[in-house]
Amino acid sequence: MESEKKPLSSYWIRRIILDQSKRANIGHIGSALSIADIMASLYSNILNIFSPDDPDRDRFILSKGHAALALYAVLYLKGWISREMLDTFCLDGTLLGVHPEHMIPGIDFSTGSLGMGLSFGAGAALAARLKRSSRRVFVLVSDGECNEGSLWEAAMFAAHHRLNNLIAIVDYNEQQALGYTKDVLNLSPLACRWKSFGWNVREVNGHDIEQIVGAIYSFRTNNDCSPCVLIAHTICGKGVSYMERQIKWHYWPMSDEEYNIALIEIEKNI
Amino acid sequence: MRKAFIETLVELALDDERILLLTADLGFMTLEPFAENFPKRFFNVGVAEQNMVGLATGLAEAGYIPFIYSITPFAVLRPYEFIRNGPIYHQFPVRIIGSGAGLEYGHDGISHYGIDDIGVLRVQPGITIITPADYKQATAALSATWDLPGPVYYRLSKDDKSIIMEINGHFELGRAQIIDKGKDVLIITMGNIATEVVKAAEILKTKGIFCTIMVISCISPPPISDILDNLKQFSFAITVEAHYIVGGLGSLISEVTAEHGLNCVIVRLGIKDRPNGFTGSQSYVYHLYGLTAEGIAETAIREMGKYNTLSIRGQSIDIDD
Repeated sequence: MESEKKPLSSYWIRRIILDQSKRANIGHIGSALSIADIMASLYSNILNIFSPDDPDRDRFILSKGHAALALYAVLYLKGWISREMLDTFCLDGTLLGVHPEHMIPGIDFSTGSLGMGLSFGAGAALAARLKRSSRRVFVLVSDGECNEGSLWEAAMFAAHHRLNNLIAIVDYNEQQALGYTKDVLNLSPLACRWKSFGWNVREVNGHDIEQIVGAIYSFRTNNDCSPCVLIAHTICGKGVSYMERQIKWHYWPMSDEEYNIALIEIEKNI
Repeated sequence: MRKAFIETLVELALDDERILLLTADLGFMTLEPFAENFPKRFFNVGVAEQNMVGLATGLAEAGYIPFIYSITPFAVLRPYEFIRNGPIYHQFPVRIIGSGAGLEYGHDGISHYGIDDIGVLRVQPGITIITPADYKQATAALSATWDLPGPVYYRLSKDDKSIIMEINGHFELGRAQIIDKGKDVLIITMGNIATEVVKAAEILKTKGIFCTIMVISCISPPPISDILDNLKQFSFAITVEAHYIVGGLGSLISEVTAEHGLNCVIVRLGIKDRPNGFTGSQSYVYHLYGLTAEGIAETAIREMGKYNTLSIRGQSIDIDD
């Protein structure tokens, strides 16, 4: 691996996801690739985090914890975890498991069980308001996670208390563990559902950084007091053609040949 | 117990702005003193216990000490995984108040009984579990534990009147309270049902049987040395709890006995079977499960006979007396 500092970019997030999941022979690759552009947008342009232990930092909660590798990639690219630590991903005795742990610098909440992150986030947003802090709370949820009733409990609470410092992002890749969302438990019309719960909704292409950043900036300038949700239309496995929209890449690890093809494909898209 | 608890919480909250109170739409005639004194620090989150625990987790990360309130099974069982992954795993100072523990919601039936809360919480390392015997002890326990760094569960009774004079409102984390020092039988109990145990001891005294009562007001961390000191002096002991006999106090005492190789038989008195649908007042339900003072005394006499404790003392006592 090269030792020079890498830029925090979609390419490097994808590259680290592929390198580390190949080395560890671990799946959840499609879910991590799905959010690579969202993560690049948030950590390059949106989140106000001077350092991971600044009490007034923005909070980010990866509620879809199974995509933690994308978060580890960002933490490394930000310089908050070392290359040596990153290279322990899924080794025995590592803190960097499949799901994120709050003991890792830059991670505020451990997740892994779906449907909890938005409640944590609503609490964090309420705390910011009580402390009269301008910090914001971002929660990245999966679309399958919107099956969880607890998520909608949190959605109702946030709207009732007008927590406009809370921003949810739905990684709407239309896939979940065992099938497509339309076949498992139909979420459509997802934007209408969030809107009917009292949220300020924007829909974007979740692989277009300009669109993502623009939409989140528009939340900032909106005078509406509602919490905000960005429905990011994404592709599970984005960037690697044979993974895209394929159910098996929720869990599957790569062969050597698949890994080499994947590297070539993501480089083409830089 | 819960009213006095909330009054003490109001006093603490006057001095510490980190204290918040959340309820899942319960606590009529109980939580008003806090809500009226601190309207901006009181949140009725609606009938959404999972979200309540999640909110408390987010609030605690930012430095608050959120107390969350509901009836025992709704406070503990519904959001159990949130409690496990949130406050316990993160070691955040969330305070869970389970109200009406045991069989206090007698007429309301199994849905409202708090008879498995200790069992499910006790398996989790890293949560302090407080089981006060009366309201004075509840307030003392709150004063002693409200600012602990990790999460705390308070198992509270609706009984605002009963007092166990011998405890005199004493609470100490990791210690048990001993009432009397009778040589004939050891009864170990937790929570509000201690009042029945004290009455049972009075009944037994009239028959010439003298009890030691050990009140466990802190299930986690358990008062191991107090338990050992007392168990060592008896050949059998009875545990009394308004809880299933599996997972609660009886299980704790059995574990300590086995792990330390004590020569003491543990008789667990509590709820043994799934409730059968017939409900009634708390005293009626206590009667069903042999948990009234009379039932506890009967069990004590029967078990003493079984383990020859009575013949050792050379006495003959009629159980039906």
